[in-house]
Amino acid sequence: MKDYSELTALQLDALKEISNIGAGNAATSLSQMVGRKIDMSVPKANIAPFNEITEIVGGADLEVAGGYLRVNGSMPMGILFLMPNEQVLNFMDLLFGNLTEGCLAWNEMQQSAYKEIVNILAGSYLNALSAFTNMKYEPSVPALAVDMAAAILGEVLQQIGEISDYALVIENIFIEKEKQIKGHFFLLPEPKTLESLLRSLGVL
Amino acid sequence: MSQNPIKVGIADMKTALSPYSIVTTGLGSCVGVCIWDAGTRIGGMVHVMLPESSLGTTSMNKAKYADTGINLLVEEILKIGGVKVRLTAKIAGGAQMFSFPGSNSVMRIGERNVEAVKLTLEQLRIKIIAEDTGGNFGRTIEFFTANGLLHVKTISRGEKVL
Repeated sequence: MKDYSELTALQLDALKEISNIGAGNAATSLSQMVGRKIDMSVPKANIAPFNEITEIVGGADLEVAGGYLRVNGSMPMGILFLMPNEQVLNFMDLLFGNLTEGCLAWNEMQQSAYKEIVNILAGSYLNALSAFTNMKYEPSVPALAVDMAAAILGEVLQQIGEISDYALVIENIFIEKEKQIKGHFFLLPEPKTLESLLRSLGVL
Repeated sequence: MSQNPIKVGIADMKTALSPYSIVTTGLGSCVGVCIWDAGTRIGGMVHVMLPESSLGTTSMNKAKYADTGINLLVEEILKIGGVKVRLTAKIAGGAQMFSFPGSNSVMRIGERNVEAVKLTLEQLRIKIIAEDTGGNFGRTIEFFTANGLLHVKTISRGEKVL
């Protein structure tokens, strides 16, 4: 595969399907953690030029908290969990009770907690992927940044930028209805990972 | 000067004539390179994503890399009437948004971008007259071709004018 733009509709559907399974597993973990029901959206698989990707999350200058981790080994890819800053507070409330500060003022413990959530989401997503594709995934520990969406996405996309002008973004949205919390979970497979994924799904 | 600014996306490049301004939103480890001719008030901006074009194999987008992107920007400015010896540069960005424990050179791409931008500008004999680079925060920049000023906005560190 030379570029993501060569993906067929059938292949994209297969990717959405595994992402549904991965995110389902992650949503279950998250809901056990917070003791509430967590819904998830129908997954999207977009092939988009870098410019358009920032629009997916609601604008280049939107202030977000991004937890990012790299999956190394034979299946390299990036995983990014983004949540608008204004919703992070509500989200942390679910976990810890009342918090009064925005995430720029987070203390170390709260930052670790957010990273841990990303860790658990990614871990359960990858476990499902692993069972389904018979591949091994080796995630790094997550890193956290709170800043403009474009600044965060730009750095994540650089990993793919050396190979492509487009990114394949597989997106799931987690929603907690009562507090109106939405988190965007992105899976960004590198081209060779994508080939292995498609092969294991029987669509390459 | 109430014109809408001209937008530059990730790995994108634009030129403009006074009184237009050029804006790019959310530079993280990418670098915004602004080049200006004070005589004609022609200016341009390129949003560099990666240091060198040799790293990529399939990309046709010159604006993505420091070396090819800056060369392309200078060509475009000269094409619409800019004068080479009068060109000056201002640069911003090159932060590191995420830090992983024991991070390797791949993760220090912001730093490498800034180095590559400086090298390319030096090769072209274009002087950098102002810069705001590094750190671990995002920057939105607006470059005014009317006066060559570069406004740098951040979320937690205020705004400055270069």
